[in-house]
Amino acid sequence: MDAILLQILNGLDKGSAYALIALGLTLIFGTLGVVNFAHGALFMIGAFCAVTLSRLLSLSYTTIDPERTDFLGNPLKVETPYVEAWFGPETGAAIIDWSVPLGILFSIPIMAFIGLAMERGLIKYFYKRPHADQILVTFGLAIVLQEIIKYFFGANPIPTPAPDVFAGSFDFGAMIGMDPNVIIYPYWRIVYFLFAAVIIGGVFAFLQYTTFGMVVRAGMADRQTVGLLGINIDKRFTVMFALAAVVAGLAGVMYAPINSPNYHMGMDFLVLSFVVVVVGGMGSLPGAVLAGFVLGILESFASMAQVVSLLPGINQIIIYLVAIVILLTRPRGLMGRKGVMES
Amino acid sequence: MSLIRKPLNRRSILRAGALGGTALAMPTILTSRAWAQGYLNEPTGSTVTLGFNVPQSGPYADEGADELRAYELAVEHLNGEGDGGMMNTFSSKALKGSGILGKKVEYVTGDTQTKSDAARASAKSMIEKDGAVMITGGSSSGVAVAVQALCQEAGVIFMAGLTHSNDTTGKDRRANGFRHFFNSYMSGAALAPVLKNAYGADRKAYHLTADYNWGYTTEQAVKESTEAMGWETVETVKTPLAATDFSAYITPVLQSDADVLVLNHYGGNMVNSLTNAVQFGLRDKVVNGKNFEIIVPLYSRLMAKGAGENVKGIFGSTNWHWSLQDEGSKAFVQSFGQKYGFPPSQAAHTCYVQALLYADACERAGTFNPCGVVEALEGFEFDGLGNGKTLYRAEDHQCFKDVLVVKGKENPTSEFDLLEIVEVTPVEQVTYAPDHPQFAGGALGTCNSGA
Repeated sequence: MDAILLQILNGLDKGSAYALIALGLTLIFGTLGVVNFAHGALFMIGAFCAVTLSRLLSLSYTTIDPERTDFLGNPLKVETPYVEAWFGPETGAAIIDWSVPLGILFSIPIMAFIGLAMERGLIKYFYKRPHADQILVTFGLAIVLQEIIKYFFGANPIPTPAPDVFAGSFDFGAMIGMDPNVIIYPYWRIVYFLFAAVIIGGVFAFLQYTTFGMVVRAGMADRQTVGLLGINIDKRFTVMFALAAVVAGLAGVMYAPINSPNYHMGMDFLVLSFVVVVVGGMGSLPGAVLAGFVLGILESFASMAQVVSLLPGINQIIIYLVAIVILLTRPRGLMGRKGVMES
Repeated sequence: MSLIRKPLNRRSILRAGALGGTALAMPTILTSRAWAQGYLNEPTGSTVTLGFNVPQSGPYADEGADELRAYELAVEHLNGEGDGGMMNTFSSKALKGSGILGKKVEYVTGDTQTKSDAARASAKSMIEKDGAVMITGGSSSGVAVAVQALCQEAGVIFMAGLTHSNDTTGKDRRANGFRHFFNSYMSGAALAPVLKNAYGADRKAYHLTADYNWGYTTEQAVKESTEAMGWETVETVKTPLAATDFSAYITPVLQSDADVLVLNHYGGNMVNSLTNAVQFGLRDKVVNGKNFEIIVPLYSRLMAKGAGENVKGIFGSTNWHWSLQDEGSKAFVQSFGQKYGFPPSQAAHTCYVQALLYADACERAGTFNPCGVVEALEGFEFDGLGNGKTLYRAEDHQCFKDVLVVKGKENPTSEFDLLEIVEVTPVEQVTYAPDHPQFAGGALGTCNSGA
């Protein structure tokens, strides 16, 4: 029982990341009809926004301490961050400590800009091209973005810790009256799950309760008619692309403390996120979110030693296996609508 | 979309035929030139070309970059530039700083991408196109084993870089291949007594192991040496090499009654699994009345940096560390640090040493002929290269030297000062018989000079 509960919890944070990425993919596909293979790279750039901000905040000036020596025996150069010099050691250290949450604010304009630049600069030329061309060009773009990040940040993972208050873990088992020390869960993963829930809720509310969202939904259903009513739907879809980029970026920023960011983390998530989109139903936002969590949790279950000892290798194929079964029984995915990609 | 845009006609068929014919004839033209001599790629001019095959892209690119820095430094020293580094402390005095056998050392580089097929292709290209007489480098055992086999077939020497699997000098050993780096068995043998001292003889270990040949040999080595001192192995679980989030593998550890977690992971795997383990509070746990402990059998400073705070107090082993105070290490750190501004990694050290050892063997043999070099390196004893007295054993072409047991430092004084040396395990303790079961099933064969 406790093992099952623990794996559900485990699946939640991974599922949150899948759901956020798949949500953006579905938004882009539903509005612009583009299959965006560079979406994983946007997630990765989000994580590197957190890294960049923490580096910017840690920018330091050097003083020479003649008392101590470095590895070559020369006087030691002591680095003091500017923020500590400006705001005092304690406030400065706290600002650096909170660099990941601050990264949320930092990343929004950056991700929106990258999203706009991508859509206006490249992807708009591929609307009328076949999906295979779109996949090739966005996949190529993803590789370019990865290499740029690797050039500046190197290939090794970069530790980007969460603020100290969220470090460590709490005893979830003891909280709900089970044996202590059995179900332990890190604070930051709960934060991540709640954060994802807020973002997903926000995107749905935006689409559901604003005029802008209403027009976008109408455009997703029938682009031509909305166009004939004199609404510039393309412009709104461009904004949706930027929004999808921001969602992926935020997912990345908050994921940085869970796994140290490296340049290929986007690719690790991308393929699975596509499976999530297909299982959820192409073009269905609630489907993407639902499938994200379901597959995240299933993946966790399949990694349990008991399961792997029964079916070796199941942890690596479970998602695809489930995808096959769902597509055989429900060819449009869990919540897919009729008519999407079927014309 | 179609790749063939024009309809086929006589001209395009002729053009394709001519190109194809040239391409097919190319390797034969090159090899026939090389084969006309006494051995493959015999240097006839005033220079000799070495091939540095390191990961320049992919997940180990940072290690690869450090290896390349070390090779460039070695080439400088061999050609008599710079301060000479370890050439001044090396016990063999055959190297004079005038290149190798009077020929100036030049080099070409290849990108292994940490993939066996890409590594073989780049090594092949350096041998066939650039005329490299020796190939060296690598940051993965899978790659090292693949390239070593290729060099054996082609008839050039392979001086392995960072490769830690037993198989490189075990079941996959080759006459043309040599390894200076230590191996899984040595890690296990060096770690076990230190672990017993620190954590006692009554422990239950849970292994998470990267699912490829290095993971298997490391798991086996650590398991056998810790069981020999009384530990029990509760469970061993293989994790996919591509895994990034290890939480699903960490949580079952919480529910087992294990009180030690052994992470047979390297690179990004190690950074992520260790970070996850610490996040899930494993280090704050008390099981069977003892503090829960984590062990990382193969440590590298670059990875310790990736794992940040999480490495503090965690035991592991390493081939070499820049804080060693012997004359050779000091000389190397000095010349590397002066040139690049930071201390070298263990990958850089082993690569630099391998380049020097190869050059020295050529000098002593008086030839670049691979069979002469093999003879000069087999059973060669030396000192002054950072690990104390060292033997290149003739039976398996493995170096035998002291091994370092290290621990993540609690209070680092700089960004390089991440590991502290707990013990220098003497060579006798990590020496094994050439036919030890963990290394069984391989044979060196005979040297191949490509002639």
